[in-house]
Amino acid sequence: MTLRISGIDAAAIARARAISPGAFSQPLRERIPALAAGALFVGLTVYCIVLFEMSPVRLWAGFGKLLEVVGHMFPPTAKGAALDYAYAMLQTVAMALIGTVIAAVLAVPLGFACARNMVPGWIVRFVFRRSSDVMRGVDQLVWALIFVRAVGLGPLAGILAIIIADTGTLAKLYSEAIENIDRKPVEGLRASGASPVQTMRFGVIPQVLPIMLSNILYIFESNTRSATILGIVGAGGIGFFLADRIRTMLWEEACFIMLMILGTVYVIDWFSKRLRAKITGGTDAPTVIH
Amino acid sequence: MSSTATGLEAVRTFETSWRALQVRKRWLTLGYGLLFAAVFAASAWVGEFNLVKLFQGLPRIHEYVAKTLPVLTLDNLWGDLSEWFYGLPKWLMLLWETILIAYIATLLGTLGALALCFHAARNLSRGGTSYWIARRVFEVARTIPELVFALVFVFAFGIGPLAGILAIAIHSMGGSGKLFAEAVENIDMKPVDGLRATGANWVQTIRFAVLPQVLPNFTSFSLWRFEINVRSASIIGFVGAGGIGQEFYTAISRLYYEDISALIILMVCTVILIDMVCERVRHRLIGKEGFA
Repeated sequence: MTLRISGIDAAAIARARAISPGAFSQPLRERIPALAAGALFVGLTVYCIVLFEMSPVRLWAGFGKLLEVVGHMFPPTAKGAALDYAYAMLQTVAMALIGTVIAAVLAVPLGFACARNMVPGWIVRFVFRRSSDVMRGVDQLVWALIFVRAVGLGPLAGILAIIIADTGTLAKLYSEAIENIDRKPVEGLRASGASPVQTMRFGVIPQVLPIMLSNILYIFESNTRSATILGIVGAGGIGFFLADRIRTMLWEEACFIMLMILGTVYVIDWFSKRLRAKITGGTDAPTVIH
Repeated sequence: MSSTATGLEAVRTFETSWRALQVRKRWLTLGYGLLFAAVFAASAWVGEFNLVKLFQGLPRIHEYVAKTLPVLTLDNLWGDLSEWFYGLPKWLMLLWETILIAYIATLLGTLGALALCFHAARNLSRGGTSYWIARRVFEVARTIPELVFALVFVFAFGIGPLAGILAIAIHSMGGSGKLFAEAVENIDMKPVDGLRATGANWVQTIRFAVLPQVLPNFTSFSLWRFEINVRSASIIGFVGAGGIGQEFYTAISRLYYEDISALIILMVCTVILIDMVCERVRHRLIGKEGFA
């Protein structure tokens, strides 16, 4: 096939444009929403830059100071407190583990209560869903701050914060898994005269358990990261040391702690990834709104 | 009759090996269960967690929460409510600031992730060094919590929203960057090969072969990141980096009990509202099944 382009000149293009203008450019009316969105986007950004005084001078000065700080961070040293830091890091991981396990258990009844195919009445479901929304709508650190006031400084406040926030998150993930089960095994069991408990045990649990376990591991990974900051408000773990060393400008020690966090998170991620692949047979991590 | 004998033999072999397998499985379960129990017990010891402490703590939590709740009477409901939310105009301004912090931080973080993600994708990276650097930058940025960045940035940029914006931007650059790079690794390589064959340079290849494939995913990830960043922006005020967190921290430490519950209600409503809006937009962008 040969393409004849010799016949096309400016007049031909103009004729074609008159016949079907849509092929050359979108009419203005259809472009208005996109243009408006773009204008809003740019306007909001400019407004933010002005509001937050993000002037180049200020940024330049700040980055200069930041570079200085980073310079002070090397070489990272523990100054003889390495064991204290290691213990605090271990406590952080322990808090994440306990919090995740307890939340995983507490979220089971809540998850079932939030699932559309398990609870008939919408009022019950609405109440349980909104309470799980509140649990995970408030950040873990806010819960930690409240629990520090209520039960005092220490890891207990942090563990409680993890439990509350992640019971909400896991309940949502569980209920989604439960809502997505295949109905056929359940119906088959019912048809063969199984009791509700038996239906649950042999029809529902085998389908949702691997997903639940995978979610739990994912939350555990996420918690080892987020638990590192609980100490900043006094809720136990490495965060206390880190915040203290930064506030007193002991940069070398702060850097040592940050590297320790990086290493620990790396090891836990690696371990959890392998375990998760084993449980789910290699399917990917769930996306968690956290 | 010999065929029946071998049949029985086969059944017997099957049964013994099945039983052996069951026994092995039971032992394995027991072993893993014990290991888990041991790890949990060790964690409880290190985390100073026990039931006595927990049950001593629970009534105190109840007491505290009860203190934060205002007395609402039916005859003077409006008056009580307006007394409870007396700071509403100021708080709404702070919430607006919080959302704006999250917005600009998401924008900056997304731009950073966009700049680096093509280097961090195994199928497009041009050399070992840039791949290595991009990956490590993303890892460090998403592993160090935003609050820690905020602590350092408050020192460098002074107290105020700017430190918080940069802290959240860096942290979300790491988080989005990883997802972006994964999306790039999953693209169809044929357009890339086609453009390379026509002599397009690296930037042109990215612009015309890669970007059209990944843009819907990127937008969806960024919206999702915005939801997370609104939560982050509400806590960075704890270390003086702007937003509603500062107000909340003050309320908690100065024991303004009723403010605490009012602020929590406002924060939860904001977060839920933003989640709902973003979810709508996200579903419209890439369809309901594509993104959980």
